[in-house]
Amino acid sequence: MDTFLAQFLAGLATGGIYASLALALVMIHQATRLVNFAQGELAMFSTYIAWSLVQAGIPYWVAFGLTLLISFAAGIAIDRLLLRPVRGSPALPMVVVFIGLLVILNSVAGWIYTYTVRPFPSPFPSEPLFGQHYISSHDLGAIGVTLAMLAAIYAFFRFTPLGLAMRAAAQNPESARLVGIRVGWMRALGWGLACAIGAAAGMMVAPIVFLDPNMMSGVLLYAFAAALIGGIDDPFGAVFGGFFVGVLENLLGAYVIGQELKLTVALVVIVAVLVVKPSGLFGRTLARRV
Amino acid sequence: MAAGNLPRSRIAPRKWAALTALFAALCVAPFLLSNFSVFQLTLVLAYAIVLLGLNMLTGYNGQISLGHGAFYAIGAYVAAILMDHYGVPYWLTLPAAAAVCLVAGFLFGLPALRLEGPYLALATFALAVALPQLLKHKALQPWTGGVEGITLVKPDAPFGLPLNADRWLYFFSLAVAIGMFFLGRNLLRGRIGRAMVAIRDNPIAAEAMGIDIALYKSLTFGVSAMFTGVGGALGAIAVQFVAPDSFNVFLSIAFLVGVVVGGLATVQGAVYGALFIQFVPNIADRISKAAPWAIYGIMVILFMYLAPGGVASFIHRISERWRRRT
Amino acid sequence: MKHAKALASFTLAVACAAAPAYAQKKYDPGASDTEIKIGQTMPYSGPASAYGTIGRVEAAYFKMINEKGGINGRKLELISIDDGYSPPRTVEATRRLVEQDEVLFEFQPLGTAPNVAIHKYMNAKKVPQLFVATGATMWGDPKHFPWTMGWQPSYQTEGKIYAKDILANHPNAKIGVLYQNDDYGKDLLKGLKDGLGAKASSMIVKEASYEVTDPSIDSQILSLKDSGADVFVNIATPKFAALAIRKVYDSGWKPVHYLNNVSLSIGAVLKPAGLEKSVGLITAAYLKDATDPEWANDPAMNEYKAFLKKYYPEANVADSSNVYGYSAAMTLVQVLKQCGDDLTRANVMKQAASLKHLQLPLARPGIEVNTGPDDFFPFEAEQLARFDGQRWVAYGKVIE
Repeated sequence: MDTFLAQFLAGLATGGIYASLALALVMIHQATRLVNFAQGELAMFSTYIAWSLVQAGIPYWVAFGLTLLISFAAGIAIDRLLLRPVRGSPALPMVVVFIGLLVILNSVAGWIYTYTVRPFPSPFPSEPLFGQHYISSHDLGAIGVTLAMLAAIYAFFRFTPLGLAMRAAAQNPESARLVGIRVGWMRALGWGLACAIGAAAGMMVAPIVFLDPNMMSGVLLYAFAAALIGGIDDPFGAVFGGFFVGVLENLLGAYVIGQELKLTVALVVIVAVLVVKPSGLFGRTLARRV
Repeated sequence: MAAGNLPRSRIAPRKWAALTALFAALCVAPFLLSNFSVFQLTLVLAYAIVLLGLNMLTGYNGQISLGHGAFYAIGAYVAAILMDHYGVPYWLTLPAAAAVCLVAGFLFGLPALRLEGPYLALATFALAVALPQLLKHKALQPWTGGVEGITLVKPDAPFGLPLNADRWLYFFSLAVAIGMFFLGRNLLRGRIGRAMVAIRDNPIAAEAMGIDIALYKSLTFGVSAMFTGVGGALGAIAVQFVAPDSFNVFLSIAFLVGVVVGGLATVQGAVYGALFIQFVPNIADRISKAAPWAIYGIMVILFMYLAPGGVASFIHRISERWRRRT
Repeated sequence: MKHAKALASFTLAVACAAAPAYAQKKYDPGASDTEIKIGQTMPYSGPASAYGTIGRVEAAYFKMINEKGGINGRKLELISIDDGYSPPRTVEATRRLVEQDEVLFEFQPLGTAPNVAIHKYMNAKKVPQLFVATGATMWGDPKHFPWTMGWQPSYQTEGKIYAKDILANHPNAKIGVLYQNDDYGKDLLKGLKDGLGAKASSMIVKEASYEVTDPSIDSQILSLKDSGADVFVNIATPKFAALAIRKVYDSGWKPVHYLNNVSLSIGAVLKPAGLEKSVGLITAAYLKDATDPEWANDPAMNEYKAFLKKYYPEANVADSSNVYGYSAAMTLVQVLKQCGDDLTRANVMKQAASLKHLQLPLARPGIEVNTGPDDFFPFEAEQLARFDGQRWVAYGKVIE
């Protein structure tokens, strides 16, 4: 029982990693109706920027805040500058542009920072809370940050006019324009917020998995799965999906199928869930007029 | 919507001339180029068959796939296992790979029916990620050779023809590619092609008109996988080696990039895409030793800026403008 | 008459003295009076990109050698191509190196699967596949593959050393193993099992694997702890080894902990894991660790650090891959020196198989490179050491 609890909590810790990146994916989908495959690499690059700031002597939380601001600005810049020429293209060319961006970021990060694995500081104490053996303070802190972001995003979309405007701009750009919403800037705002969320995710993840240019490549698939399982437009779903995937994978590996096949089986389970509920566990099926 | 229409029923005489010239060039090339370049061209032919398959699924039928590397791997391993364990002659492994992948693709397509857009992308992405892990598994090791893979021997020219192994394999691949392209073109030209495009453009209307969506979508997956498997088998014979490391996620991503850059929903797009996949990483490596994949990414993005419909549509536009001028 | 005879014999003698200098200048493609072309494939991108630094440090070393005049007056040109650890790309790059660039030989191509992919080709083409950068045991087979030679101690050798130590000091142990799910991890595990012999199945109570793409191995460590093992063999690359060391300590498990030597760097692995969490770790090493205070005043180590500063300043000094590449490059320079003016591929292999008692400056004292016509394993010996919280302290004898 003791080990089961430990495995479960370890799953929650890993799940928190997936959940935080999944939130960024949800944000970008809310704003653009697209899944951004480059989100993981953007988060990784933001984390390297944070690392450089800390190396330069800037205190952690100041560096954290600065990185969020820089990432926010970078996200807006990417949307306004990089994506402008392909605006209006169908989905697949956009997806390919994202893939190009992914490859560029990975390569440039490797070039500037080399591929050596580096430790990244954690703002949380290194002794586990209450002296227990199950979960470290950082893991708990990271989960806390993820939940805080979740609350903030939910509140943003549900209670603020800006959030409503962004959703409207994404779902029906024509009508939104007619109502006076500046659709282009809504989308850019979405990009900025997504990159900021990704940066926070990266800074929480790096102390756990160590910082290197390939840090997010393993996480992206799980974050993607988490976002979809929860329903691509639902931040709560994304976080639930993240924890679900983390715990599922751990328990499968420890008790059911062994480590060598746990990835395969976890993916089969996820795809099975999607086949049964194609819009995700919490998603809403849209009825369309013919 | 996506660029490219269904192939026209008759090929214009102008096009026949161009195709004949191309064919002649392809036949003469191996005698003018080094063995290494011939090897590279053989890989281009294999990739072209793969991209034709992927294009059917993604371009003509609108189903995104981030997992075609898996079908490529299955085709490659079928060829390798048959040649290495059972001594099957190399040319017989291609129909075998085609059959296995047709079934595998169809079986994957069935549950994937209900998935759209990003959900389908995830499912296919999951397939691409899971397959190498499966290939490494202990239980399959006696067949797959595990992490150390299977080494193959390149076939020699038959009937004592005065061709070295590289050139013979090139001509063999060329024949297979031409055959597959004709097959693909005929499929797309007929009822199946029209049904595919109808499902892509307006699934509700298609269903209302009596097209069995489930059947056609799964069938398209199967046929698409079949083409990819044949390309995989050819690729394995050319490289003379298969291992789980050869078929990582990036291969699937490269295929998707190739098919979009080449031109969705066009037959010639497969060829342009194959050239892109094979040669652009080499070019990028020569431009920048420090960050070659950054150059690759930049080129991908530039291609999308200049020609979101792919190289095929770009060339089409240019040739239209030229024709109108003269 | 007498003068004519004397003149004739004098001329003959001079001619004979001069003749060897002409007769012995033999070149195969890739070698000339001014340069030696060396080919290489390295993963500069992709999941194994952390090893790309090996190619970089070797290129830097050759640059230094060239600045000092080269070897026997010839400059070394290293053509290193990125294969992303993907065998098809390795095959393509290797064919390019051999058929287009016409290199004399390949040096330290990295990775088991990539090297298996070109193994038959290199031997068929009779081009040396020299000092292959992987520890798989298959590279030391001169009878069947006379053109291929490894360099580092094989993974199986290392596994056997740990097995011996366990049998000697903890004969009733229950062993748990964490291993990377690829050729390197599986090979080390095999060596461990072979070393334990008949007792392997009874002693090893749990094996847990992980993939390079896994974000966390907490689950594996917890399973291993749960199995009741009191000896833990950690077959993981640096990042995962550090994660394992940390989680083992944090979960309250206190096994006898063997760490494989790929991850023995104090600066790159033990420090990020936590020095206090690494006390008691045991490893079998053959190279010096640049961050070990043991070698702080070692002149060879200082020379190495100065070299890095000058020729490869962006290198991470704590990365043991850099010590590895530096030492391999030194070994090659020795081989090429021994070749003299006979730069045929056959002679390169012959000289590579004639290294006797070569004590490399960054190899641990007493661990030499030795090769022979039947011995294609340059490094075979390793030294067990235990971490005391600050440095690796050697114990026992050097084991072959």
